[in-house]
Amino acid sequence: MLNRGYYQGFGGAFLPEILYATFDELEETFRAAKNDPDFWRNYEQLMSSYSCRPTPLTFAENLTRHFGGARIYIKREDLNHTGAHKANNVMGQGLLVKRMGKNRVIAETGAGQHGVATATMAAKFGFDCTIYMGEVDVERQRPNVFWMERLGAKVVPVLDGTRILKDAINEAFRDWVSNMDTTHYVLGTACGPHPFPEMVSWFQSIIGTEARRQILAVEGKLPARIYACVGGGSNAMGIFSGFFDDPVELVGVEAGGQGLDSGKHASRLCSKDASVGVAQGYKTYFLQNFEGQMKETHSIAAGLDYIGVSPILAYHKETGRVRFEAATDDEVVAATALTIRKEGVIPALESAHAFVQAFKEAPALSPEDIVIVNQSGRGDKDIFTVADAFNDPEWQKFIIKKAKAYNA
Amino acid sequence: MLENYLKEGLKERDILLMTHIVLGYPTFEQSLQIIEAMVKGGVDLMELQIPFSEPIADGPVILSANQKALAGGVTVSQCMDFAAKVSQSFPIPFLFMSYYNILLKYGVSRFVSVMAESNLKGAIVPDLPPEEGQEYMEAMKDHKLDPIFIISPTTSSERMKYLASVASGFMYCVARKGVTGANTDFSIQLQNYLNNCRKATPLPLALGFGVKNKTDIDFLKGKADIAVIGTQTIRLMEQEGVGAVEGFIRDLR
Repeated sequence: MLNRGYYQGFGGAFLPEILYATFDELEETFRAAKNDPDFWRNYEQLMSSYSCRPTPLTFAENLTRHFGGARIYIKREDLNHTGAHKANNVMGQGLLVKRMGKNRVIAETGAGQHGVATATMAAKFGFDCTIYMGEVDVERQRPNVFWMERLGAKVVPVLDGTRILKDAINEAFRDWVSNMDTTHYVLGTACGPHPFPEMVSWFQSIIGTEARRQILAVEGKLPARIYACVGGGSNAMGIFSGFFDDPVELVGVEAGGQGLDSGKHASRLCSKDASVGVAQGYKTYFLQNFEGQMKETHSIAAGLDYIGVSPILAYHKETGRVRFEAATDDEVVAATALTIRKEGVIPALESAHAFVQAFKEAPALSPEDIVIVNQSGRGDKDIFTVADAFNDPEWQKFIIKKAKAYNA
Repeated sequence: MLENYLKEGLKERDILLMTHIVLGYPTFEQSLQIIEAMVKGGVDLMELQIPFSEPIADGPVILSANQKALAGGVTVSQCMDFAAKVSQSFPIPFLFMSYYNILLKYGVSRFVSVMAESNLKGAIVPDLPPEEGQEYMEAMKDHKLDPIFIISPTTSSERMKYLASVASGFMYCVARKGVTGANTDFSIQLQNYLNNCRKATPLPLALGFGVKNKTDIDFLKGKADIAVIGTQTIRLMEQEGVGAVEGFIRDLR
């Protein structure tokens, strides 16, 4: 176990003793699955029959013409079942749960996507399911709570701390240390103690493997750059995984919120407000004060609103293999609107962070160059959040009318 | 070092008591009053928890105490100053309890040397297994301080021996799965578990998580060397005030 799961100083497994044996079991199960070609074949089979894999790589012809630079492609993770790349990780972990012979899963969720994906997996595999969700998020993401409950999950609002994603993670760990004999914690991103960063990245690598094959098939050459939004970092790790050994520039885009100088953002790798620390079982850059207390974070996209970041991405930041940028809330709304109008695809606000940076850079690239933007999720199912982001007056009138009907 | 102090204490008493407080909760003034009351009530050693925003191993009562302390503006440097003051004014050993990030941001070796200068005797860092704690363990050793490590009911006997080989002072045995503050079943299983811990180490054994009254402590006599009262005194203080603490501690043995 010594020094396991380290990426040049980032990562590790800072575990309470009570979970040590559970992580040994998880590591062993994951290692056996990773070394078993049948496991991956079954996983691909499951993802093609249950979630629309391989997802398409869409040429964004109108955006390309609009910006007049690089040819822009969109990797369509929004077309996964449940509407985001989260399904890749969740279904993979579900197969591991079966191997471990457990019958209950728990998960944290911020925006609700990972919660819905986990509840979906639990329904399909017949597992009991409990989802921890900060009270603030429960209030602002009611549609996702509705679906989780329909899917048979118990949704527990977390009233502690800042009552958002990080607090939901703490609470899921507290459940796990009591119930690990029957229960697996389906962590939603490439963070947390080893082997989670490696394991989640492995399941998500299906994105990059497909994207590489697809771009070579249509264009006969590799892209110049790839853009992905970075919350915990799982969709970015997923698509980047296909290109780490290629001469392709990889760009991760964090939540710049109201600006990196505003204190209201969730940028761990681009801002001065973050530093290296240990929390939630791993070592990485955290948004924390000088004494190590975690700060509040802000993003228009709840899925990026998190204090930490994948230790593997922190490592790639240090080596320079991945470049990190930040997109502000306002830029994100503009990029979302433009993408919808020009291409008829609706990116989630999280994914739109990647579009912002691609749009900034595409005009300066040559028409011979190719860029791929990872559309990690779809925005149409977050209509309440997106409509608020667009500040749509007709939508507001509709909601007021609807509320009146309930009160009548 | 703690081991001798504990072994001397065990010649006079059949079990020792360790209590736990969250520094600055509800206020530093009240923290001081609680310590006074506990020392008068006869505790043998105390854990002083430096609050952290993400206390992953703590249950609702201690979690909430951490959050309220931080919301009230408690800082790590205030905790260090306060701990230095009390550990020089009261005749019992004090230990720090906190999460690793607090040490890391303070600077691990600086944290440990300030502990030594302040007369603290050891530390419990529940999210720092020895595999991740080389720097910490070396610094503690250099300053002759005791790094307390935790054994749980899921720890294999092989690993118990490994933990015992890097620990000093005493071993902190967690009574059950779960977090602090929930109920513990004081049963034959617990006794067997403590027997297994005993086989793994000659160090004194502390038993914590869910110890809340004299009945629990009577059960532990002859099985563990130290009973740890954590959540229960915080609950008591919240419900009945600081004045109730001294009598509660005194009546435990």
